[in-house]
Amino acid sequence: MALEPGRPRPEPTPETKHFWEGTKNGKLLLQRCGDTGKAYFPPRPFSPYTGTRNVEVFEASGRATLHSYVIHHRPVPGFKPPYAIAVVELEEGPRMMTNIIDCPQTPEALVLDMPLEVAFTPMDDDITLALFRPAKGA
Amino acid sequence: MTIKPGEIAIVGAAESTRIGAVPEMAQIMLHADAALNAMADAGLKPSDIDGVACVGPMMPQQIAHYLGITPKWVDGTGVGGCSFMLHVRHAAAAIHAGYAKTILITHGESGKSRINATPRPPEPQSLNGQFEAPFGPMGPPTLFPIPVLRYMKATGTTHEHLAQVAVVQREWAGKNPRAAFRDPITIADVLNSKMIAYPFRLLQCCLVTDGGGALILTSADRAKDFPQKPVYILGSGESVETTMVSQMQDFTSSRAFRVAGPTAMEMAGIKHSDVDHLMIYDAFAHLPLYGLEDLGFVKRGEAKDFIWEGNTRPGGKLPLNTNGGGLSYTHTGMYGMFALQESVRQVRGIAPAQVPDVEISVCHGVGGMFSASGTIVMSNQRP
Repeated sequence: MALEPGRPRPEPTPETKHFWEGTKNGKLLLQRCGDTGKAYFPPRPFSPYTGTRNVEVFEASGRATLHSYVIHHRPVPGFKPPYAIAVVELEEGPRMMTNIIDCPQTPEALVLDMPLEVAFTPMDDDITLALFRPAKGA
Repeated sequence: MTIKPGEIAIVGAAESTRIGAVPEMAQIMLHADAALNAMADAGLKPSDIDGVACVGPMMPQQIAHYLGITPKWVDGTGVGGCSFMLHVRHAAAAIHAGYAKTILITHGESGKSRINATPRPPEPQSLNGQFEAPFGPMGPPTLFPIPVLRYMKATGTTHEHLAQVAVVQREWAGKNPRAAFRDPITIADVLNSKMIAYPFRLLQCCLVTDGGGALILTSADRAKDFPQKPVYILGSGESVETTMVSQMQDFTSSRAFRVAGPTAMEMAGIKHSDVDHLMIYDAFAHLPLYGLEDLGFVKRGEAKDFIWEGNTRPGGKLPLNTNGGGLSYTHTGMYGMFALQESVRQVRGIAPAQVPDVEISVCHGVGGMFSASGTIVMSNQRP
């Protein structure tokens, strides 16, 4: 799927660079706290649970469920209304904002807790967004 | 020594001369207009003020200089629309500590006319810029309601319940000549209004207006010499959670609410049944539901029925958002100041839709998209 031009483009920082390199290479990279073993997002080089700098980057499964969303009905550069702005809950626990593709943007089609899978979608040569689509076989 | 309930009082309170569309005033003048009105209310001149608080983009140094004040204490805490609740709390602490005697808190926002207003796009290197902005949010109407469908599923709240919030607040607004929208509405009107961001329609979203407000605080001992009956601060609370709505811990409850509200009520030493009047910042229709539950006025999932059954409407046992709220009265962008003004009016007994015999009012604010919270408990009696 090609994205329409005009979307706000994220700019990676030293603390988030690995995440954006991951999506560019088809990997959804999360981090895990060395003290508790719990995954977290968004990226930072220490644990929000205990403050330890002992953290590791790992590849998430890409499986998620639909946690909540709105369907925006007004025009926004880079988007064709109506479109859903969604929050998904990853299998590993963290939640992230995203869009749901390959799915009608309607309340009937977008059912809370439906299974989803990550769909890496390039914005340009450097930035790839982690969008989600209904899980195959679901 | 711990600050005691009633040790600090509000002795001046006023809104800008006009609210709604005020194209004749830049943002800084909306601050000043409200400040001058509050000083007149308190019988003070700028030279009597020794502390100033306001919220960015307006900085205390801009307001102090514009008004001709030489402050010994300033606060520019900016956590969104509830910043003023935090200013009241911080000002009370400062007066208690002896840092200042007479503190002015101002708000002014040219939200509609956009004169001297500051745009607030997320910076692309910020966490919001990287992890929310690329997915198409366009301001609060697309972000604040993101948790609503999860809340509805968890609590059995329906679209009709969420429409009823707007209907009840319009009933209050109908009694208030300064309210932007005063004509009665029905649930059908709400559910047939223009879709903005499902599940919310136009009548479930706050207004966008121009306006300002200001408060003046001093010690209760000095307060008795002022022209107005003092409004005593019994308790206060504050907290923050996250600027990213996608990262709030629980989509059905605000952690910041659960800290700020109970902290304020505990400090005030009051029970829920002591509360005569309640304000819950309603940027969108779900906020009164979250507020009622997170502050413990009702149990989890009961807010929908509490409102549906008429408890918060005129004549109900817990009058809520009696100016008409952000949905029908006014909403400049940072509405918390207007919620505080209505609590002061109710406690003074001079509100347009005055609730009989109000002694204690709880005023609860939200900042950002559930990112911050502040709560103030006021009374016309010093304990």
